[in-house]
Amino acid sequence: MNRVAARLSKAFVEQLSWEKDEPAWMREHRLRCLEIFERLPLPRFGPDLSALDLGDLTYYARPVAPVERLEDLPEDIRRTFQALGLPEAEQRALGGLRAQVDSEEVYRSLLRELRAKGVIFMSMEEAVREYPWVQEYFMKVIPPEDNKFAALHGAVWSGGTFIWVPEGVEVEIPLQAYYRMQTEGVGQFEHTLIIAERGSSLHYIEGCSAPRYSRMSLHSGMVEIVAKEGARVRFTTIQNWSKNVYNLNNKRAWAYAEARVDWVSGSLGSRVTMLYPTTVLLGPGARTENLSFTFAQEGMWLDTGARAIHRAPETSSRLVSRSVVQGRATSVFRGTIQVAPEARRAKGHMECSTLLLSPEARTETIPIIRAENEEVELGHEATVGRVSQEQLFYLMSRGLDEAQALSLIVNGFVSPILQEIPWEYALELRRLLEMSFAEAVA
Amino acid sequence: MTALAVRDLHVRVGDKVVLQGVDLELSSGVIHALMGPNGSGKSTLALALAGHPAYEVVRGQALLDGQDLLSLPPHERARAGLFVAFQHPPEVEGVKLREFLRLACAARGQGFCEFQKAFPQALERLHLTEFRERELHVGFSGGEKKRAELLQLYLLRPRVALLDEPDSGVDVDALRLIAEVIREMAEAGTAVLIITHYPRLLEHVPPSKVFVLLDGRIAGWGGPELAERISREGFEGVRR
Ligand SMILES: Nc1ncnc2c1ncn2[C@@H]1O[C@H](COP(=O)(O)OP(=O)(O)O)[C@@H](O)[C@H]1O
Ligand SMILES: [Mg+2]
Repeated sequence: MNRVAARLSKAFVEQLSWEKDEPAWMREHRLRCLEIFERLPLPRFGPDLSALDLGDLTYYARPVAPVERLEDLPEDIRRTFQALGLPEAEQRALGGLRAQVDSEEVYRSLLRELRAKGVIFMSMEEAVREYPWVQEYFMKVIPPEDNKFAALHGAVWSGGTFIWVPEGVEVEIPLQAYYRMQTEGVGQFEHTLIIAERGSSLHYIEGCSAPRYSRMSLHSGMVEIVAKEGARVRFTTIQNWSKNVYNLNNKRAWAYAEARVDWVSGSLGSRVTMLYPTTVLLGPGARTENLSFTFAQEGMWLDTGARAIHRAPETSSRLVSRSVVQGRATSVFRGTIQVAPEARRAKGHMECSTLLLSPEARTETIPIIRAENEEVELGHEATVGRVSQEQLFYLMSRGLDEAQALSLIVNGFVSPILQEIPWEYALELRRLLEMSFAEAVA
Repeated sequence: MTALAVRDLHVRVGDKVVLQGVDLELSSGVIHALMGPNGSGKSTLALALAGHPAYEVVRGQALLDGQDLLSLPPHERARAGLFVAFQHPPEVEGVKLREFLRLACAARGQGFCEFQKAFPQALERLHLTEFRERELHVGFSGGEKKRAELLQLYLLRPRVALLDEPDSGVDVDALRLIAEVIREMAEAGTAVLIITHYPRLLEHVPPSKVFVLLDGRIAGWGGPELAERISREGFEGVRR
């Protein structure tokens, strides 16, 4: 199967499962998800999805064959990866790298020492074939009933990363996956499952990009993280999808006792994004930090958020968001901190700031803080600022051009989050920001 | 040598033509003063020359070292060597003084190493060492803002410096410091214009030439004695 432009149907899902040589449980799972998908309505909140035609997507595409070495990739992909600095990062800064184009993995590497420690880093379908116990986890953190796109994902998922970190193993350098949507009108549905056993640690980084087409495409990935007792997982995503991409994701983690899960999300691209990374704090002392940076530009709607669900005593959460809105764009932040009756002495803090660069820019912050016991410490702050003509003129009167002046102001505004991102990526983010200002001003 | 020549400058702000034919020449290495009552258009002159979008030049000319200034966007005027110390410098949250000045110096063609050396020296000269990592003007007192403007002047070494009320809100010690820095800059060759409605600073930096702005025009000019006369008789004397 190289490319299936066919409509979404039971026959397509069965064929996909057959081609992937999946165990019966997965085929049944897919078909059950398809039924749920057909039953569920589109999300009743957030951005307008009416221009997204689910009947007009290519649900599977495999334009590039897998290679052993990055330099063996086709010229255009190789150049893209080079421009992104992937080969260099792999040499200097990463413990492992996976690259996926459309529906399938095209490249993978993992340091020998990590392999020797028993770390598993492979494509999701390999894991499904190889390890029957994957069934205990797959779409248990996010069940298909959760929402229409979770169900769609469950039916048609392809590719994605499986990571298993054995008990006590600390993966000190990050593992990275890179997702590229190459085919016009494609849907990309990678599934990422990370299991960090007791006392282990991992930093995983995702990058995403796509060339620009006039036809809409859909990225609907799912990330499930299970951080067992005392494990630490940090999940960083930097998304720079082109402006024809609907980016509708599901990301959720379970954090057991004393575990820590951090989400760091940089959303710079896409036409529409819906992204609300969630941590369920299941065990006493579990912690989560959720740092989100969005940059909404002309015509975009970035609907993001963060959720912390406290289900155990002495759990803590910190949700921080910085949004920059330029042109006629919309940025919405939905932050939820929910504390169950048994989560005594829970602590939660939410902090959202928005910077508007134009009079037409729209923003909204929707905090929901709900505590079902009294012994909690919860806080919330929200601010909206504007870059004034006076500030811009002042900086320009000192010799900075408009793009430099804007990116200086924006860099200052987002620095609390950039500080949390590994410096190579922070640098990349800064570069992307500067580029988009240069474009916007020109 | 003439560094800045302004001829027949008319500037409109909103629906009011505030400047109605200003003529002015500033010479390199010389300290000049521009005096005029509140609302006479002094800040308008400085901001229009800097290229502020709210101040529309409807007629006239401004040449910096013979180069037409008014056709350039604001940042290129700065790169050509114009500096305006603002009467009310804005606060810019999140932008570190150091980071900002590094870019500003680079825009004036100064190398990074040069900046690394000059920045701490300039901070010390203006008694601002503890402001190194502070956000630009955020939480600065009025006087601290003025010293921060002078810090920029000191680092950027412009051809022409228009200093809009560098003395307002400044205490006596800081006033002396600001006066010294202005003199140093002039000695180094900058053409300086001190804009003020109040002659206090001019006692510390006697200007070689004083212009008086009244009703949107230069109503008179003279030597240092003109500043003294204004402090005795007010602006009405000049009008007559
Ligand atoms: N941004 C502005 N918008 C509207 N009116 C302005 C603006 N700036 C200055 N003016 C008007 O122009 C005139 C001159 O102001 P200004 O140049 O600030 O005077 P000065 O600096 O001599 O006190 C005043 O009448 C003032 O109200
Ligand atoms: Mg003024």
